[in-house]
Amino acid sequence: MTSALFIEQLLNGLQFGVMLFLMAAGLTLVFGVMGLINLAHGALYMVGAFACAAVANATGSFWLGLVASIAAAAAAGAIVEIVVIRRLYSRDHLDQVLATFALILIFSEGTRWLFGSFPLFLNVPELLSGPIMLPGGLQYPLYRLAIIIVGGAIAVGLYLLIAKTRLGIRIRAGESDRAMIAALGIDIRLLYTVVFALGAALAGFAGALVGAIQSVQVGMGEPVLILAFVVIVIGGIGSIKGALVGAILVGIVDTMGRFLLPSFFQIFLDNVQANTVGSALASMLIYILMAIVLIVKPRGLFPAHG
Amino acid sequence: MKIKRILTAGLMGLSMGLAATASAEPVKVGMITTLSGGGSGLGIDVRDGFMLAVKQAGNKDLSVVVEDDARKPALAVQIADKMIQSEKVDILTGIIWSNLAMAVVPGAVAQGKIYISPNAGPSQLAGRGCHPNYFNASFQNDILPEGMGAYANKVGLKKTFIMAPNYPAGRDVLNGYKRFYKGELASETYTKLGQTDYAAEIAQIRASGADSVFVFLPGGMGIAFMKQYAQSGVSIPVMGPAFSFDQGILKAVGQAAVGAKNASHWSKDLDFPGNKPFVEAFEKEYGRLPSLYAVQGFDTASLILSAMKKASIKDTDAFRAALKEADFDSPRGKLKFGNNQHLIQTIYVREVIKEGDIYTNKTEGIALENHQDSYAAKCKM
Repeated sequence: MTSALFIEQLLNGLQFGVMLFLMAAGLTLVFGVMGLINLAHGALYMVGAFACAAVANATGSFWLGLVASIAAAAAAGAIVEIVVIRRLYSRDHLDQVLATFALILIFSEGTRWLFGSFPLFLNVPELLSGPIMLPGGLQYPLYRLAIIIVGGAIAVGLYLLIAKTRLGIRIRAGESDRAMIAALGIDIRLLYTVVFALGAALAGFAGALVGAIQSVQVGMGEPVLILAFVVIVIGGIGSIKGALVGAILVGIVDTMGRFLLPSFFQIFLDNVQANTVGSALASMLIYILMAIVLIVKPRGLFPAHG
Repeated sequence: MKIKRILTAGLMGLSMGLAATASAEPVKVGMITTLSGGGSGLGIDVRDGFMLAVKQAGNKDLSVVVEDDARKPALAVQIADKMIQSEKVDILTGIIWSNLAMAVVPGAVAQGKIYISPNAGPSQLAGRGCHPNYFNASFQNDILPEGMGAYANKVGLKKTFIMAPNYPAGRDVLNGYKRFYKGELASETYTKLGQTDYAAEIAQIRASGADSVFVFLPGGMGIAFMKQYAQSGVSIPVMGPAFSFDQGILKAVGQAAVGAKNASHWSKDLDFPGNKPFVEAFEKEYGRLPSLYAVQGFDTASLILSAMKKASIKDTDAFRAALKEADFDSPRGKLKFGNNQHLIQTIYVREVIKEGDIYTNKTEGIALENHQDSYAAKCKM
């Protein structure tokens, strides 16, 4: 095994983690501020990817598609919040899960009705396509590198938003005591809609970024949603910092596990068996990680409320 | 006047009666296929291909009921029961996935129904589990990777990196490749089913020193892999069974798939009398190029229609014999069934090309001629 391969895999893990962060940030905000379990978050990811693909195919510009993905997902998020989610805040989690699960089905079938069953075409923009030479003679896809940079910038931006702006103060206040913030004369309904739309926009943006290197198809959001839940459970529900650390941890552990475990088992098993055992264990690895974190720190790495 | 009217009515009645006795026994086909959820593109193609043949034949004695199984085995079994018991169908067909076929087919054939597979070809039904009522008009799961393995030998590939999802069909496909491929393996990698990010595997391919990559990644997995592979700058040639490079998929992959070699039992440019008219008719009817699933649906319907000309469905033995003759011009040439009632067919190697604005496949050569699946010997028929 060469160090170039090792570094490449580390970058892959980082990139995967950054993508998960974009998903998990919205999920954890919505849960932290509103106490809502939103299973439909994956549907918003899909909305972003489809909006990007549709606009990019119609105009020929990936960048316009990217703008459209953010706009479409934020709009879908705001509409869903006003029409459905608003009625669920006072309900228990089972009702929330049921209603947002229904939203998954509605979004999936709606998308199929609009765009058909075949996957849509969406490719990496010309500007970012192909590999790039990194120092040390390592070849790495430019697009993935761009995702890492953009994701990092968004993480910093979110931190500044939450820590430094008036909106951020309100969001944090809403997290710790929603009755008090309402009593202070802040329009809590509007705040909730804004937070939900922000989370949706991040999910849609992630969907569009990933859609370009994966497949834009109905149901693409749900596998990512499960990982995003793992991330926020590991990171501590409601904490943006926890989401970032958790996402990068999950990204790197998953990628390195897929890469290292089969070679590890090859030391004492034959090739085929080692691959089978290694890859089976690799797909469980992040859940094992989650279990360990929950044993040591039952509220996650960075619990939001004290 | 009145007498004349009565007379005409009587004559008409008489002629209708005559027509009824002269025509063959009506046949009712129940199609259980995947029309919603993941992988519905395949079911839609099978249905459209089937219906094209039905429409072209215009045979009023053939009726078809279609139901969606949403890729759920339990639902498929339920639909099959309903079709057999209350709809009284004579023939069942349509299932796309091997796990659904294994849930439905053994029960249906045991109840005396004929089942014709337009896609799934699990090894169990080709070997010991073969049955006089089970016909496979598509392919046995292993034959395309076997073709690819034979091709790899032919062009002198020595070190292949092989990869598939970790589930039964994935293992079957890699085993099929290994059965014929004589070179060395750079690695045999199993990924999680439904995985969409292949960065880690592509990095390993880059570092493995392989001279070729063989992947079986159906549906969205293949789209994701091909796009990421093209971005990675790794230039080792990619090949795989046709499923990852078929018409429905290529639209979504685009340029990234060009040059990939794939093994198929059909291609749109094959020179058979049945092929060109089929491709043209399909494109005219549905406004898109047919996929191999569409061909399999078309052939399934043509097979039923050809048997209806020769035998009555009430005489099961005669009808089965007529099916086995497969007396029609398929887009794959003349079809020939082996002892296990699976097709003995030629496996071609195709290359993905860009033709005008459309990505499609061009036949490059023959990988295995008149190839029978490896399980036929275990079938006692």
